[in-house]
Amino acid sequence: MTQANKQGLKRLALAAFTLAAFALTGSALAQSGPIRIGEINSYKAQPAFLDPYKKGMDLAVEEVNAAGGVLGRKFEVITRDDGASPGDAVRAAEELVSREKVDVIAGGFLSNIGLALTDFAKQKKIFFLASEPLTDKIVWQNGNKYTFRLRPSTYMQVAMLVPEAAKLKKKRWALVYPNYEYGQSAAATFKEQLKKLQPDVEFVAEQAAPLGRIDAGAVTQALADAKPDAIFNVTFGGDLAKFVREGNTRGLFKGREVVSLLTGEPEYIDPLKDETPEGWIVTGYPWYGIATPDHQAFFIAYHKKFNDYPRLGSFVGYTTIKALAAGMKKANSVNTDKLITAFSGLTFDTPFGRAMFRPQDHQSTIGAYVGRTTVRGNKGEMKDYVYLDGAKFQPTDAEVKKMRPAD
Amino acid sequence: MSVDALLVQFLNGLAGASTLFLLAVGLSLIFGVTRIVNFAHGSFYMLGIYIAYSLTARIGGSVLGFWGSVVLAALAVGLLGVIVECLLLRRIYRAPELFQLLATFALVLIARDAALAIWGPEDLLGPRAPGLKGAVEILGRQFPQYDLALIFIGPAVLGALWWMLTRTRFGVLIRAATEDREMVGALGVNQAWLFTAVFGLGTLLAGLGGALQGPREPANLGLDLMGIGDAFVVVVVGGMGSIPGAFLAALIIAEIKALCIAIGTVHVFGFDFSFSKLTLVVEFLVMAVVLIWKPLGLLGKPSAASRNSSAVEAPLAPPDKAAKIFGYAVLVLLLLLPVVGQMFPYAVVLMIDILVAVLFAASLHFIMGPGGMHSFGHAAYFGLGAYGAGLLMKQFSMPMEAALGLGPLLAAAGALLFGWFCVRLSGVYLAMLTLAFAQIVWSIAFQWDEVTGGSNGIIGLWPAEWLNQKAAYYYLTLALTVGGVLFLWRVLLAPFGYALRAGRDSPLRADAIGINVFNYQWMAFVLAGTVCGVAGSLFAFSKGTIAPDVIHVGRSIDGLVMVLLGGVQTLAGPVVGAALFTWLQDAVAREFQYWRAALGVAILLLVMVFPLGVAGSVKRLLRRREVAA
Amino acid sequence: MSLLEVNGLTKAFGGVRAVSEVGFTVEAGEILALIGPNGAGKSTCFNMLNGQLRPDSGSIKLGGVSTIGLKPRRVWRMGVGRTFQITATFGSMTVRENVQMALLSHRGRLKNLWVRAREQYVAEADALLARVGMREQAERPCSVLAYGDLKRLELAVALANAPKLLLMDEPTAGMAPKERIELMALTADIVKSDSIGVLFTEHDMDVVFRHASRMIVLNRGQLIAGGVPAEVRANPEVQRIYLGSRH
Repeated sequence: MTQANKQGLKRLALAAFTLAAFALTGSALAQSGPIRIGEINSYKAQPAFLDPYKKGMDLAVEEVNAAGGVLGRKFEVITRDDGASPGDAVRAAEELVSREKVDVIAGGFLSNIGLALTDFAKQKKIFFLASEPLTDKIVWQNGNKYTFRLRPSTYMQVAMLVPEAAKLKKKRWALVYPNYEYGQSAAATFKEQLKKLQPDVEFVAEQAAPLGRIDAGAVTQALADAKPDAIFNVTFGGDLAKFVREGNTRGLFKGREVVSLLTGEPEYIDPLKDETPEGWIVTGYPWYGIATPDHQAFFIAYHKKFNDYPRLGSFVGYTTIKALAAGMKKANSVNTDKLITAFSGLTFDTPFGRAMFRPQDHQSTIGAYVGRTTVRGNKGEMKDYVYLDGAKFQPTDAEVKKMRPAD
Repeated sequence: MSVDALLVQFLNGLAGASTLFLLAVGLSLIFGVTRIVNFAHGSFYMLGIYIAYSLTARIGGSVLGFWGSVVLAALAVGLLGVIVECLLLRRIYRAPELFQLLATFALVLIARDAALAIWGPEDLLGPRAPGLKGAVEILGRQFPQYDLALIFIGPAVLGALWWMLTRTRFGVLIRAATEDREMVGALGVNQAWLFTAVFGLGTLLAGLGGALQGPREPANLGLDLMGIGDAFVVVVVGGMGSIPGAFLAALIIAEIKALCIAIGTVHVFGFDFSFSKLTLVVEFLVMAVVLIWKPLGLLGKPSAASRNSSAVEAPLAPPDKAAKIFGYAVLVLLLLLPVVGQMFPYAVVLMIDILVAVLFAASLHFIMGPGGMHSFGHAAYFGLGAYGAGLLMKQFSMPMEAALGLGPLLAAAGALLFGWFCVRLSGVYLAMLTLAFAQIVWSIAFQWDEVTGGSNGIIGLWPAEWLNQKAAYYYLTLALTVGGVLFLWRVLLAPFGYALRAGRDSPLRADAIGINVFNYQWMAFVLAGTVCGVAGSLFAFSKGTIAPDVIHVGRSIDGLVMVLLGGVQTLAGPVVGAALFTWLQDAVAREFQYWRAALGVAILLLVMVFPLGVAGSVKRLLRRREVAA
Repeated sequence: MSLLEVNGLTKAFGGVRAVSEVGFTVEAGEILALIGPNGAGKSTCFNMLNGQLRPDSGSIKLGGVSTIGLKPRRVWRMGVGRTFQITATFGSMTVRENVQMALLSHRGRLKNLWVRAREQYVAEADALLARVGMREQAERPCSVLAYGDLKRLELAVALANAPKLLLMDEPTAGMAPKERIELMALTADIVKSDSIGVLFTEHDMDVVFRHASRMIVLNRGQLIAGGVPAEVRANPEVQRIYLGSRH
C-alpha cells in the first residue's frame, strides 16, 4: 500500500467520524420552554387509524396552547414511528427520552408495543400514557405505577357487549377472531362472561383467522356449517370487510344475530359502505349523533380544522392530549412522581363526557357507544345507541388486585 | 362435518388455488428465464388490485366495464414491468447473484409508498363483479358466483400459457431459455428483448391476479409482502420455473388451508387443537415437507448450473497493516463513544442497535458469502437467541448474565436441526427452506401463549444491575460484537473457513480432495446460527421486550439487505452494510414521511453506483489506485 | 496384486448400458490410457472409479480393497488422486492455497478454526507447485490462470496426498500441442520417481502413443482391445471404429 493511500485512509477515517458525530448529535437539546410530549405510534403500519389520531392530537395541542398552555408552558408533541416493531418502539422511546428530553411519553396502538412501552416506562421511571392499545395486560398483569391507559380495554368493550348478547337468549354461538392476543382474549372474555350470565350457552365453532389474511369464504362456510344461532365477531379492518362480503353472499347472517366488537367505529364501518350488515350489535363511535355540548364543540372544531369528520382515533388522540393537560395542571408539575400521584383518580373532560383514571389499575373510565348497525344512504352507521360508562364494566377490585402486581 | 360441507370447502379451496396460481405463475416464468428472484412481484400484484379498483370505480358498473378494467389493469401493470426491466434490471443482470434481489426489494419500498401517496392509507374494497354478484346453490349452500368464475379462470390461464409455451415461437424460446440461458443467445435471439418480454408477461400475470381479487380482497398496503410470500411458496413447492408445478402447488396449499378451516377445533385427549390457527403457517409447513422430500419442488427439474457471470471473488487475505490501523482507530472511537456521548446520549442507544445489527449481518454473511448458502430465514436464529435468553430468564428464573450466555444455545440447537435439512439443498430452494423454518419458528413464538407470550411476547427483560447503565451495556455489546465478528473472520481465514469456501467454489473438487462438504456447511450453519443467537440475546436485553417480530421475515430481509448493501464478497461488507442500513433507517425514518421510498431510492442508487456493495466497491477502488500508483 | 483391479464393471442409465462388463488392471509405475470415441463410456468409467457413481455391478479393488459404495472423499483417502475433464479448482483462492487445501485435508487439519490457513504447509505446497512448474504463480488468484496452468495446478493438487493412483480425465484437453507433451512428460517423470499408477483418458493419439505404457479401448461401453500401443494400433477393429473415424 502506498503512502498516498495511507493518507487517504486516515482522511477517510476522520471524515467518517465527523460525519457520524454530526449524525448522532441531531437536534438541539431542550430543557425549559415547552412541555415536551414524546409520542410513539405505528403511523406507517396503521395509517387508517393513526392519521385521524394524529389530527386529533394536533387539534388538542392547538387548543391547549391557545389557552396559554399548561403551567405557563406550551405543549410540544414529538412523534416517532415505531415501524410496528416493539424493538424499534423502545429505541424511539430511548431517543425521545435521552436526546429530545421529553417529559412524558404517550402513544402505542399495537398491544405488543403498548406492553413494551409499559415496561420501558417502569424501567426508566418515566410517565407513560398508553393511548390506544387495548390489551388488558397493560393495566393488569403487566401494569405498573408509571403507566396509565386511556382507551377502554378489550375486557371493557367485551363486557359492554355481553349483557346485550345474553339478552338475545341464543343458545348456539360461533366465534370468529383474529389469531393474536387481542382476538384471543376478546373471545376468551366473551365466552367466560356469557357463560356466567347464560349457563346453558354452547360454543359450536371457533375460527381463529390469521390477522389481515382471513380466508373469508372458507371461514364463512365453516361457521355456517356449525349451524349457530348467533355469532360473535372480533375481526376488523380488511378481514372484517372480506368476512362481511362473504357472509352476505353466502347468507351466513340471514336469521342470525351477530355481536361484533369495534365494528361501529368509523374506521371499520365506513369501508363497508352499503354492504354494512343490518342489525349487528356493536361497540363504536356514532359521531353523527352525539348531541352533548362537549362532543358538539369537539366535532365543530375538528371539522373546521380538517374539513373532515372525526374518527374514533381522532377522539383518542384529542383526549390523550387533554388528559395530559388536566393531569399536569393537577400535579402542577411534570415531575414523574407528582404526575403519578395526580393521575391516580384524576377526573378529566372528554368529548364523551367526564372520565377518571382509576387509582386501582390506572385504567380510564372512558366508555363506548353500543348500538346496532344499519345502512343510511350508502353508508354504514349505528342506530339505537347508548353511551356506556366504562366505570361500570370492570372486574371487582379484588380481582384486579389479584391480577395486578404490587408497585 | 358432513360430506357436503367438505365438498363445498373443496370448492372454496379451488377458488383459492386459482388465486394463488395467478399470483405465483408470473414469478415462476420470470425466474425460469431471467434467473431473477423478483422480490417486487407482490408489489405488482398489489398495484394490480389498486389500479383495478380505480378503474372499476369509473367504468366498472357494467359487465364489460368490469372485465375491461381487469384487463386494462393487468396491461398497465405489465407495462410498468417492462419499464422497470428496461430502466433497472437490464443494468444488473451481470451483477453478482442475488444482487437483483436487493434492487427488486428497493422497488417494493418505492411501490408501497407510491401506492400510499396515490390511494391513501385506507383499505379499499372494490365493488362486486356485475353479473356475478350473487350466489348459486350448491349442495344446499350458497356459493358465490364470482368464486365459481375464478375456479374456471385459473385453469384457463394455465391452459393458455401451456398453449403459448408449446405452440408458439415465443413459448419455445421461453422454454429454451428456462433450460439454458446461454443457448438462446447462441440461437441468435435478442436476449434483451426476450427478457423484457418475459418480465412484462410475468408482471402482467401478477397484475391480472391482483385485478381479479378486487371483489374479494380489499386493496391495502400490506398486500405486497403477503403476495410475495405466497408466490414464493407456491413457486418453490411447485418447482421453480415449472408452470404446471405452480398450479399443483397452489391447489395443494389452498385445499389444505380450506381443510384446516373446515375441521376447525378438534378435541383430542382432553386437549383442544385448533386447526384454524394452523392456517397462520400451513403453507410454510407444506413447503418444508415438500422441500425435505423433494429438494427441487414437486415438478422442478435441475436447471443447468447457473453460468451467472458474476465477478469471481478475489482471494481472502488477512487484513494488511493499513486495514488494521483503520480497524484499531474505529475501535478506539467506539470505546470513546460513551465518554464523548455525554453530549449526545442517543448515540450510545443507536450504536447498540447498530452493533447488534452488525453481529447479525456478519453471521448471515458467514453462510451466505463464504458458505454460498443464501438464507432467507436468518431471523430464526436471531429470534431463537432472543427467546432463549428471555425464556431462561422468565421461565427458569435465571440471572440475566446466565440467560445471556445460554440463550444463544437455543439458536445453536435450532441451527443444528434446521441446518441438517437446509444444507442438502442449494440455491433458491435452500433459501426458501430457511424461510420456511423461520416462519415455523415465528408461528410457534406467535401462538404458544403460555410459554412465549404469544403475539405480545416477553417483557421485563432488563439487564442486571451492573449493566443497567446504557454505557455499561454498550461496552458489553461492543465486546461481544467485536469478539463475535473477529471470531467469524478468524474462522474464515482458518482451514475451516477455507474448506467452507472450497465447498462453495467447487463441490466436485472439494469432494475429490477428501472434504465432506455437507459437514462443513452444516457446522458453518450452526456456527453462524449461534453467533446470530448472541446478537438476538443482546437485542433482548437492550430492549427489555421481545415479540415475535424479532423472528419475522422482515428481519431476515433486513439482514439480506445489509449484507448485499455492504457487499457479500468482502469481510467488511456486512459490517459496513449493517451500520449503514441501521443508521439510514433510523435517520431517514425520522425525517421523511415517505422514508420507505427514500430508503428504496437510496438502495437503488447504491446498487447502480456500487454494484459490488459499498465495502466491495471501496475495496476495488483502493486496489485500482494501488495498481495505478 | 495389482494396484487397481477392475472386473465386470457395469453401469446403465435408463436401460442404456453406458459401461458394460469392463475389466482391466493398473500396475504401479505404469501409465494406462483409456481411449474410445465420444460417448464410449470413458467418463462414466472414471466416475465409478473415484466414487462419484455407484456401479450396477462389478468390482473395483484398490490394493486388494473394494471401493464400491465409497464416496469420492473416501476413495481419495485411500490414495487416489483425480483431475477432471473440465478443471475443478477453487476460484476464490490463490494457486498455492488450492494445494494447501489438499495438504490440510490430507493431514486431517481442515477442522481447525483458529490457525491461518494460508500459513500452513507453505513449503510443501510450493514444492508440489515447483514439480509441475507452477511455483512462480503461487500467489496468483486461481481465477485468472490460463487453462493449461489450471490443468497443471490440478495435477499438483492430485499429488498432494502422495497418491498411489492418479485418475486423469483428459488431462491435456484444451491445451496447446507443446503444453500437452510437456504435461504428459511431467506426469511420466512423476510416475517413474514415485512409482504410482496412472489411468488417463485422452483424445490426442500423439499423446497416447508417446506416453502410455499400455492402452485399453472402449466402444459403446465395451472393452474391445487392449495391450501395448503398437498392438492396439495394429488392431483392425480399433482402426475401423476409432482411429479410422478420426484420422
